[in-house]
Amino acid sequence: MPGNYMPSAAELFRFSPELLLTAAGTLLMIFEAITSPKQKRSLPVFAFLSLLAALALAVAASSDPGPAFNRMLQVDGFATFFRVLVMAIGAVTILISTNYLKQAEHEGGEFYSLVLFSVVGQCLMATANELIMIFIGIEVSSIATYVLAGYLRDDKRNNEAALKYFLLGSFATAFLLYGVAWIYGTTGTTNLSGVRGVLLDPQNAPNAILISVALGLVLVGLLFKVSAVPFQSWAPDVYQGAPAPVTAFMATGPKAAAFAAFLRITMWAFEPVKNHWIPVLWFTAIATMIVGNFAALRQSNVKRLLAYSSIAHAGYVLVALTAASKTGTEAAMFYMVSYAAMNLGAFAVIAHVARKGERRVEIDDFAGLGNRQPLTAAIFTVFLLSLIGVPLTGGFFAKFYVFKAALDSQLIALTIVGLLNSAVAAFYYLRLIVIMYMQPAPEGVDTLPEPSLGIRTALVACSLATVVLGVFPSLVLDIAGRGASFIR
Amino acid sequence: MPNQLAPAEVWFPILTQVVFAVVMAVALVGVGLALGKRVKNKVKDSPYECGITPVGSARNRFSVKFYLVAMLFILFDIEAIFLYPWAVVYRELKLFAFFEMLLFMALVLVGFFYIWKKGVLDWAVDETSDEKIQ
Repeated sequence: MPGNYMPSAAELFRFSPELLLTAAGTLLMIFEAITSPKQKRSLPVFAFLSLLAALALAVAASSDPGPAFNRMLQVDGFATFFRVLVMAIGAVTILISTNYLKQAEHEGGEFYSLVLFSVVGQCLMATANELIMIFIGIEVSSIATYVLAGYLRDDKRNNEAALKYFLLGSFATAFLLYGVAWIYGTTGTTNLSGVRGVLLDPQNAPNAILISVALGLVLVGLLFKVSAVPFQSWAPDVYQGAPAPVTAFMATGPKAAAFAAFLRITMWAFEPVKNHWIPVLWFTAIATMIVGNFAALRQSNVKRLLAYSSIAHAGYVLVALTAASKTGTEAAMFYMVSYAAMNLGAFAVIAHVARKGERRVEIDDFAGLGNRQPLTAAIFTVFLLSLIGVPLTGGFFAKFYVFKAALDSQLIALTIVGLLNSAVAAFYYLRLIVIMYMQPAPEGVDTLPEPSLGIRTALVACSLATVVLGVFPSLVLDIAGRGASFIR
Repeated sequence: MPNQLAPAEVWFPILTQVVFAVVMAVALVGVGLALGKRVKNKVKDSPYECGITPVGSARNRFSVKFYLVAMLFILFDIEAIFLYPWAVVYRELKLFAFFEMLLFMALVLVGFFYIWKKGVLDWAVDETSDEKIQ
């Protein structure tokens, strides 16, 4: 297939955020190798600034939407929405990590470099209009995250988390890739718009069984990445074992990007055959919500509790996907933003309270936090209330839009199960708040140092985002609506 | 069209290949048996004549450096693998391919520079201090 492969200037501009982040990540590795330990302190600043610059470029690139690199990428409002989201998540992750790594005596440019590479992968997943590109994006994002999960290599829990994540993650990616091969076999293309075209063409409609098998395999891979039941078992172990800032990153960034790819595949490429996947997602959504919430009830470790809560939240987003409508897509996009804000914030508090060696990650370690550090406790409460879905927080509108979209699509049973689940979820979040305020601090507890500048900034940013999303949800919902119109 | 050929014609090349394979194998082993000098002693009969002792505990501790070198080998091996398809389509892609491969090489070289500076290739470092390898 001869042709001009040289990308045009417009295409390079559309791809510029990823180019910038790749260059910055590579430079960080060079800097890490040649700088003195004292100079290394500026490496996180460099990584943070390059993320902000890439974010600005992504916003600028949205003024000239269109395809890039032989239609492998599609830079549109939808892609920009998720690109900006994952870059913001990366920036907040860096804010949370600096002090944590200093305490663990494992400061290094590699950590920030890996965060940048992972964000590049997630951006690719958001912009990809091609199954192979989605696969490459998932791999770039995942491989960097596997290493991050085991970053403190002297820590046994880190090693366990990294190995489990790696083995199960590769296994799931293999399913995805096999599904891609089936899709190519049945439709003759891996381009998402091409697949949609074939499925819409009534003249030579592909065999329905073959399409179902192909889609099923791809869904296994994607459901694994968003930790939906029955592919959720890795999440609690990995989230618990990984360093707290990495858990914050894993629970938000890769998940948001996976949902971006999920939405593009289901709502755009396979939208013509939505009757095939709606029942699958219906069952998965119900099972994910129930398993996540009921398992969270029994946890005593805060990181594990939030891991199960993140499984449950994936279930709510799946409800929005099951709605299979533009409102559903918008709701899912809004949900990912508010979920990212409250989860990053909650994990920032955990990273702060856990301190060196993460010895204080049990629920009882949070006893008396309301007296010991009233401000931190208050901010943590905001995040927990948002996770419950209390009005005036982002979590409320996230759930509201999801269930509204479900009702618009006549998914009455799914909405009822979801609402009942929200009530169950309130119990374990409230328990944490009660322990924080009502129980005295245990005897002989050492004083908790003030949060570092990075954590303070992250907490302020996340709580502001949570409250703004809860008071003026239309700010983000309008952008999500414009983005959603690109894929539906 | 191949399906219009008689089965014998279709399978004849494969039969030829099988015959050749059998003849070659028998001939080579036979010539060796007929002409070769045979020495029988303990060293000759061991599985790896020039290698490590085959019997013993498998739980010896190896220096982590061996694993690092193995992993680095795989990385640079993959770089070499990518050069083959690149060389095949080079004429068609022209300058674009040239710069793409230059970029790819540069990225791999950064990795090489990184491991060098990190001391992974310093094998003479004192075994007791693993400070250099991070």
